Amino acid sequence: MIKQYETVFIATPVLSEAQMKEAVAKYTELITANGGEIVYQEDWGRKELAYPIQKMTSGFYYLIEFKADPQFVNILETQYRRDERIIRFLTFAMDKDAVAYAEKRRANKQAE
Amino acid sequence: MAQNNEIRYLNPPTVEVRKKKYCRFKKAGIKYVDYKDAEFLKKFLNEQGKILPRRITGTSLKFQRKVAQAVKRARHLGLLPYVTDLMK
Repeated sequence: MIKQYETVFIATPVLSEAQMKEAVAKYTELITANGGEIVYQEDWGRKELAYPIQKMTSGFYYLIEFKADPQFVNILETQYRRDERIIRFLTFAMDKDAVAYAEKRRANKQAE
Repeated sequence: MAQNNEIRYLNPPTVEVRKKKYCRFKKAGIKYVDYKDAEFLKKFLNEQGKILPRRITGTSLKFQRKVAQAVKRARHLGLLPYVTDLMK
C-alpha cells in the first residue's frame, strides 16, 4: 500500500556544493531504487539553525516528497543514521490534509 | 462582617468585557498546520519560545494538538528554538 511521505534532512555546512549534490543524489536514487516515486524536491540551501546541533550553527536543508510503501521508511532512516554527513532528519507520513496543503504550497511556489 | 452590599468601592469594579475568543483555524478553514512554516508557528509561541496555552490563543483542542505537534517537529529540525529569550 503506497503512502505519501515527506522527509527533510540537514547536512553539515562543512560540505561543498558538490558533496551536497552527491548526498542528495544518493537519497533520491535510494528512493527510486526501492520502488518509491519522488513527487517533489526542494532545496532550502544553507540556513541558520535555531540552536547548535553537534556544535554546528547552520546546515543545508533539503526536502523530498515521495510515495513509497511503509517498509521502505526504515531503510531510508537507517541510511540517514549511517551517513555522518546528515546531522538531522525527519520523515513524516502525510495524511490527506497534508497532501492537499503540499499541492497548494507547490502551486504557489511555482507561481512565484 | 460587613454585608456585601454595604461595601462601597472607591470606583465601581469594572467587569472587563471578555472578547469572544475564536479558533482561527476553524474560522479560516485551515486544515493542516505545516511544521516547516516557522513564521506562522511563531504566533503560537511566547518570548521564551514556549507554546501558548489554549486559553490565551483560543484555539480549539483539535488544532492545539496539531500546532503542538508541528512546533515540536519544527524544534527537532532546528527551525524553532527549544528555549530562547526575546525571540519575537
